Amino acid sequence: MPFDFSKIDTGATAWVLASAALVLLMTPGLAFFYGGMVRAKNVLGMLMQNYVAIGIVSVLWVLVAYSLAFSKSGFGGFAGNLHQLGLGHMNQQVAGYTGPLAQTIPPLVFVAFQLMFAVITPALITGATADRLKFGAYVVFIAIWVIVVYAPIAHWVFSPEGWLFQKGAEDFAGGTVVHANAGAAGLALALVIGRRVGWKKDPMRPHNLPFTLLGAGLLWFGWFGFNAGSALGANNLAGYAFVNTNTATAAAMLGWILVEKLRDGHPTTLGAASGAVAGLVAITPAAGFVSPMGALFLGLIAGAVCALAVSLKYRFGFDDALDVVGVHLVGGVAGALLIGFFGTKATGVGINGLFYGGGWHLMKLQAIAVGAAVGYSFVATLVIGKVLDLVMGLRITRDQELEGMDTVLHAETAYEFGTVQGGTFGGLSSGGHGAVSIGGASAPSATTGAGAQA
Amino acid sequence: MKLVTAVIKPFKLDDVKTALETFGVHGLTVSEVSGYGRQKGHTEVYRGAEYQVDFVPKVRLDVVVADDDAADVVDVIVKAASTGQIGDGKVWTTPVDELVRVRTGERGPDAL
Repeated sequence: MPFDFSKIDTGATAWVLASAALVLLMTPGLAFFYGGMVRAKNVLGMLMQNYVAIGIVSVLWVLVAYSLAFSKSGFGGFAGNLHQLGLGHMNQQVAGYTGPLAQTIPPLVFVAFQLMFAVITPALITGATADRLKFGAYVVFIAIWVIVVYAPIAHWVFSPEGWLFQKGAEDFAGGTVVHANAGAAGLALALVIGRRVGWKKDPMRPHNLPFTLLGAGLLWFGWFGFNAGSALGANNLAGYAFVNTNTATAAAMLGWILVEKLRDGHPTTLGAASGAVAGLVAITPAAGFVSPMGALFLGLIAGAVCALAVSLKYRFGFDDALDVVGVHLVGGVAGALLIGFFGTKATGVGINGLFYGGGWHLMKLQAIAVGAAVGYSFVATLVIGKVLDLVMGLRITRDQELEGMDTVLHAETAYEFGTVQGGTFGGLSSGGHGAVSIGGASAPSATTGAGAQA
Repeated sequence: MKLVTAVIKPFKLDDVKTALETFGVHGLTVSEVSGYGRQKGHTEVYRGAEYQVDFVPKVRLDVVVADDDAADVVDVIVKAASTGQIGDGKVWTTPVDELVRVRTGERGPDAL
């Protein structure tokens, strides 16, 4: 059906455009949140994986992924059809958004907003495989993963054409599609790639916690676009999502550091940042479906539960380096399921959960959605990971891992603090052979062949 | 001549420097080092995981003095660096065979 451009709400359009930019900022924020937690020799490798996710997913979104996520159902309902390859037919309304769901923002604005969700979801996975994932394998992995895992799950849950949406499962901004999904994928990929050299033996302390806190702050800021933007309007529902997001995040931060104070003796800055992110994750599916008081309890529970969940990896022996499972899988699942208790239609959308007289009906729907997203993501990621490991190898060598990703994969060093470094300028790089001399000499043989020897 | 070397708590560096200046020592070299003695390291906790950090940040001072001053300089450093707590550090001396001031080429005690 053609989109009625005379029905555009300029306020809503402005807010969703601004929200899209806010959500984009979350990926650099995540890069620094993660980057601060790895060792200094791997910080560029981590930043690079996150930044390149913006590049790869943005291109794929235009080419094919948007159509798979939001076009009319095809492939037996598994994903959207190929009607909007290359972002064609942007004068038509987004499939399924009719009647009370009719959008008041241009379809292209919706495309931009949803793109940012598709960007950050695979970026979240990088925390699980930190310090050891090959860059080339990573690039191929997320290209496949966005098409095979993200787009279908987004279709099921976010698109009114999707089966979980039609069942009535509630996911306001991506607790299942983004966080439980990325968490399950992180677990699968951590299992395929194996533990880091020296895990549980060598010290693997965060090298720059101020980066981590800065990243958490950027995530918190950007998340207002993620959640309040998901109202797709500048309205009361967006107000609910905004206040709920902040309230749950604040409570989760306090919940996490309370657990630390009681268990370890010290509230930590890493705990404060982690608790805030756990709260943001947990409120994501619920942002427009709970009251501010519901958000407060939901956040407090999520913060405390995730603070305890991050130690599971030591018990079960999987090296989820930066706790994608403990924070995103557990937080995403907790948030999605807690809607079953705290859900209320007082916000103007959704149905009542157990605490509001709705019985167990909503909880059942939430459990189905969580089970489908987590189950599919885990199995599909396991298969993609295994195949890629066989075909091209997922992991850098042991020596490369000990040296660090920054110099090995990117030929760069993050920090230059010392004055004793030595070395000389080696001429322009020309693919490793054929000296390019600097300083006027045209014949490589006339110089000392600096480029060739470098 | 003697080389006096001290490994002290970083926050005591200013006190030691002032005491040495008052005594008449007009130059010294400091470096940031890590190590442990009886103090051992300390424990840090990240997301509930404990890490034993063995090497504690310390400051190392190196100063060359005349033989007659060595004992006094050691005393000055020990007095200024002391907190009475574990981890205050160590001071020791080593004989120095030769000393040259790079700018002038002066040698031996003249170069001090």
